[in-house]
Order: sequence, then structure tokens, then C-alpha cells
Amino acid sequence: MKQEQRSTKFGKYGGQFVPEVLMPVLEELTEEYEKYKDDPVFNEELDYYLRDFAGRPSPLYYAKQLSREYGVKIYLKREDLVHGGAHKLNNTLGQALLTRYMGKKRIIAETGAGQHGTACAMAGAAFGITTEVYMGAKDTVRQRMNVYRMELMGTKVIPVKSGSQTLKDAINEAMRNWVANVETTHYLIGSVVGPHPYPTMVRDFQSVIGKEVRKQIMEKEGRFPDSIVACTGGGSNAMGIFHPFIDDDVDLFAVEAGGSGMKTTDKEALHSATLCAGEDGVLHGARTKVLQNKYGQILESSSIAAGLDYAGVGPELAYLADIGRIKPRYSLDAEALEAFHDLCRLEGIIPALESSHAVAYVKKAAGSGELGDVVVINISGRGDKDLETVLGMNK
Amino acid sequence: MRIPEKFRELKKRNEGALIAYICAGDPTAEGTKEYVTALVRGGADIIELGLPFSDPVADGPTIQAGIERALAAGMTPDIYFKMVRSLKVHIPLVVMTYYNLIFKRGLERFVVDCSASGISGIIVPDLPAEESGELAGLCEKNDIDLIFLVAPTTTESRMKQILTRGTGFIYLVARLGVTGARSDIAGSTSELIQRVKTNTPKAVGFGISNGRQAAEIISAGADGVIVGSAFVDIIASGNDVPRRLEALARELKYGIKMAPE
Ligand SMILES: Cc1ncc(COP(=O)(O)O)c(C=O)c1O
Repeated sequence: MKQEQRSTKFGKYGGQFVPEVLMPVLEELTEEYEKYKDDPVFNEELDYYLRDFAGRPSPLYYAKQLSREYGVKIYLKREDLVHGGAHKLNNTLGQALLTRYMGKKRIIAETGAGQHGTACAMAGAAFGITTEVYMGAKDTVRQRMNVYRMELMGTKVIPVKSGSQTLKDAINEAMRNWVANVETTHYLIGSVVGPHPYPTMVRDFQSVIGKEVRKQIMEKEGRFPDSIVACTGGGSNAMGIFHPFIDDDVDLFAVEAGGSGMKTTDKEALHSATLCAGEDGVLHGARTKVLQNKYGQILESSSIAAGLDYAGVGPELAYLADIGRIKPRYSLDAEALEAFHDLCRLEGIIPALESSHAVAYVKKAAGSGELGDVVVINISGRGDKDLETVLGMNK
Repeated sequence: MRIPEKFRELKKRNEGALIAYICAGDPTAEGTKEYVTALVRGGADIIELGLPFSDPVADGPTIQAGIERALAAGMTPDIYFKMVRSLKVHIPLVVMTYYNLIFKRGLERFVVDCSASGISGIIVPDLPAEESGELAGLCEKNDIDLIFLVAPTTTESRMKQILTRGTGFIYLVARLGVTGARSDIAGSTSELIQRVKTNTPKAVGFGISNGRQAAEIISAGADGVIVGSAFVDIIASGNDVPRRLEALARELKYGIKMAPE
């Protein structure tokens, strides 16, 4: 099941569908990444930052009350406790460090809700690298506080006014800027999406989550869990926790955003459930599952959780879904919101609305036996950023 | 008309090619027909007709805006091919679009539609040579040229691969960056023209907007000049469009013809 090192593909998915200008830089990035990923000095430095700056390892917490309420034994992987409040920093520290090792002077990134942008700003400041973040103009308004957080840490936030003015347009614009500045700039993609080597590299940097879970669950349960459940936008927190278990007898559930219902029109989807409802396509440099109309125009996606609101998904997840190794599922906005409140009330943990989708699926599926007896949920982030949204929904 | 035939004809006259890009359906399909005619009258030798895609990563703000106008007006691949079929022009037409639209239609169907509607070439800015095997095979079978881009960053080994695969003409990206009119021409352009060693014609694009620049490019050794954003800017203005398109095409073609050797 392990992919061949040199391949740019996961089965028929992945690859490098980018303008010619970028091909050499992807080649260079692939080589540099291959060179450093097992380099002891690089890894020692990365471990240092993950531990002393990011606060790793994050705990695996037995959620007693939630377990009782849902009727299955639940452990929470507490990525919400990582510096910045989400798993995103695992990847940005890795790529920012790589940027330094590659001798590049500038980082650009896209962000939707601002979580990845914030994590870039943190890593950029920690390593003293100039950082600029592209963000859909609509999102800069919706997520004002995250814009301010990034600016506080010295990052320039560039509002993107083209297209739908959301995440996919921010990615488009970051790619355009990269094309013009390839020689000096590293594009720090925030999920397991984009052209090779990003899906592999981001997965590897996020795999620290799953590696920790392997140890922690053995200490607590003396065995692996029956299932692992993670929310899936681009798929980085999911691949991060899944990947170290890929060859084990553990069921892996990728829970997407069902939005307000699994319907689409010619221009938009009411959801962001790409694995569940997307079709094969090519978006942002990779062949993968895509939400698109019959002509191949990309749909505007939708979700209560900004971090899941994306019309594509990582190519490796598309592959793993095709071969049946992961199980794509979805939770609706309303279900996620309910689970959000459950976790707040029962455990004293305010989860991100993204992560609440994973919790909601466990609530829904626990009774069916599908999840087995012991479940690990990846709480990919904390929910402080979402309070305004939740307030709005509760009205 | 096939692209090589056009370049042969121009070569006999010792003349460079003007390749004009506009986005189909911007602002309407009917408008596009009129604009194509105007460009041909002004002296365009090849027309690149953009088939609009929702996420055009290789395009700058001007062409993005054109694409958005075209999509808002309802342009689709079906309407595109119908419109192209109804064009009465006697110069090569090239479709420029992003890979997902081709992929979704089905590679074979797309190429057959091109052939049936009188399109002679395909440019896909997000399809590098590595991923192009299947499309290249279909193009060859259907007598369609698959045109590749080379950039200042293209390495020698990739250059070889691209030059063996590319037909029609080689699209030289004049600068690092996206499409869009600019006032200066990068010094790296003539270097790139020298680096591309092939018998296939070389056309330079990205950033060219006036006759003086067009002349410089031809003097530097290119066989053609590709101009897009400058035309799309005129369309965006909505002001006296056909006449101004024709005038700009004429200015560019004049620059190309007068270029000192
Ligand atoms: C807390 C949180 N979880 C999940 C995601 C979704 O990203 P991914 O699917 O790459 O983990 C995001 C993205 O912003 C996020 O902020």
C-alpha cells in the first residue's frame, strides 16, 4: 500500500498540473524535501520547534462524559492545544524550516478562515522569514480577528478580490504570485493538496499526529483503536492522523462538510463533501475529486466551517477512498453545531467547527457499531475563532 | 488552415506572425464573432480563442476579468464549439483553455470537437509535457497541433522533452509571471529565444502590448508575437471596440513587419 518514493501519483490521482514556469521549482522542491526529510540535523531542529514552540506532543484525552452520552469509548487527539489552536502549525513549521534550508527568503500562503495563515505567520516570525498571506476578500471581512493576528506577527495579508473571493481564489492568487517570484519564494500550501510533492510533504509533516496517537493509545488501551475519525477539508489533519495507521487494522473515517444539504446547482454546492459527491477532475495542480459542473467549471462550495469550505480534496484521500481504505462520510452544518455544543457542555472543550464535523459523525454512527468499541477523534482545532458564527447560528 | 502552413506562408514573405488572444464569450458569443473579424481585418495571422475556466491560475487580472465576464454571460464548451464552427475566417484558430475542461469533456471528444469546428491547435497552460501523453496522441491522430509553453526557468532537460512533443509553434513565456500587458520587455526574452533551438516556429507572449515591443521581439529572433491582455483591455472598456481592436492589431502587425533584422 505504501507509495513508491519517486512517483508523483497516488494511483491515478495527484501529479503536477501547473504552468511550465513552476515545473522546475517543483522539481527542486521535491529534491530538497527528499534530501532533508530524513536528515538528522533537520529533524532535530524540527522536533525542537514542535516541542518547545508548538507544545507537542498534544495529549490524547479520554472523553468520559462524551463516551457515555454517545455510547462508544472516545479518545480525543487534542490538536486544539497546539500553539495557534490547530494542527496547521505542524505543517507550517516543517515547511518554513525547509524554506530556510533551501535558502529562500520569502513565504507566501493562502488561507481561508485564517488558521493556516496564522500558523504561517507564527512560523514565519519564529524563523525570521518574510511572510505574505493571500486571503479571499470576503474571508478577510468574516475573519477580521485572524487578519489582525497575522498582522501582529508581521505578516502581510493580501485580500483577493477575484472570482468568488474565498479560499480557492486565494490559492489561485498565491499560485500567480509564486509564478512571478519562483526564484526567491516558497509557496507554503496549507493542506495535502496541490501538485506533487505537496500532498506527500504536508502529509509527512502532519503525520506527527498519528505517530503520537500510536504510542498514546498503546499506553492507555494496550491496543490500537477500532476506528479513527477526522474532519476533511483538504485533508491534512485526516492524513496526518491516518497515515501512520494505514497498514494497520484500524478503520479510517474522513468526515466532510455536508453544509446545508447534499445538493448542487450549476454554479454552487450547498456542501463541501468532495470525496462523497465530487467527480474526477484537475484542480490546483493535481488530479483528484472535485466539485464541478458538467462542463468542469469548479463549483463554489459551502460549509459552516470555513476550513472545510473547499471544492477539492487531497489526491491521496481520493485514492484511498477509491481502494476502500478510508471511508468518506459527511456531517451537516446543523449536526456539527449540535456536536460542538455537546463537547463544550460535556467535556469543557470548545472544538473548532471543522473538528465538530468529526464529533458529529461519531454521534451519528456510534449506535450502528460501524466504529467498533474504541474511537479516536482528531480534534483538529479549538473553536474560539468560531464563536461569532455559532452565536449567529443560535439566533 | 493549419498552423505550419500559416508560418510557411509568412516565412515566404519574410514576415513574423501576429497571434491575437481574446476570450470567447466576452462579453457575448456574438461580440466575439465580430471581434474576431476585426482582428483579422487588422492583420492577425492566428487567433487564440480562450475557452473560459472558473479558476485560471496562469492569467493575470485583465484576462481573469474577461473570463469572468464570459462565464457570467453563459459561455460553455458546447456554445464555444458551435460559435467557432460559425466563424468564417481563413486563418488558424487555436483554443486556449485549462486542463479540467478538456478532462471533463473527455480528451477524445474535446479533440474531435476541435477538429470538427475548425480549430487547428490547443494550448493548455496548466498541462506540462509530463502529463500530456494521452492528449498529444489524440491531437496527432486528429491533425491538431498541441502547443507547449517554455519559460525562462525551463531546464535544458525539460526543454528537450517539450521541443520533441510540441507542434505548431512553441509558446515562449517572456517573463516569470502571469499574462498581462506591461511596458517593459524582459532582457531574459532574447536569451530565451536563443535557448530554444528548434525548427518549430517560436512565438513570444506575456506582457506585449504595442508595436514597438512587437518589433523588438521579432528583431530578437522570434517568429511570432502573442498579444492578449492589450486586446482584452479594449474589450473591457466597451468603447468603440471593433475599430480599436483592428487598429491595435494593425499597429502590432506594422511593428512586426518593420522590425529591423
Ligand atoms: C481546525 C481546522 N480543522 C480542519 C481544517 C481543514 O483542513 P484539513 O482538512 O487540511 O485538515 C482546518 C482548515 O483551516 C482547520 O482550521
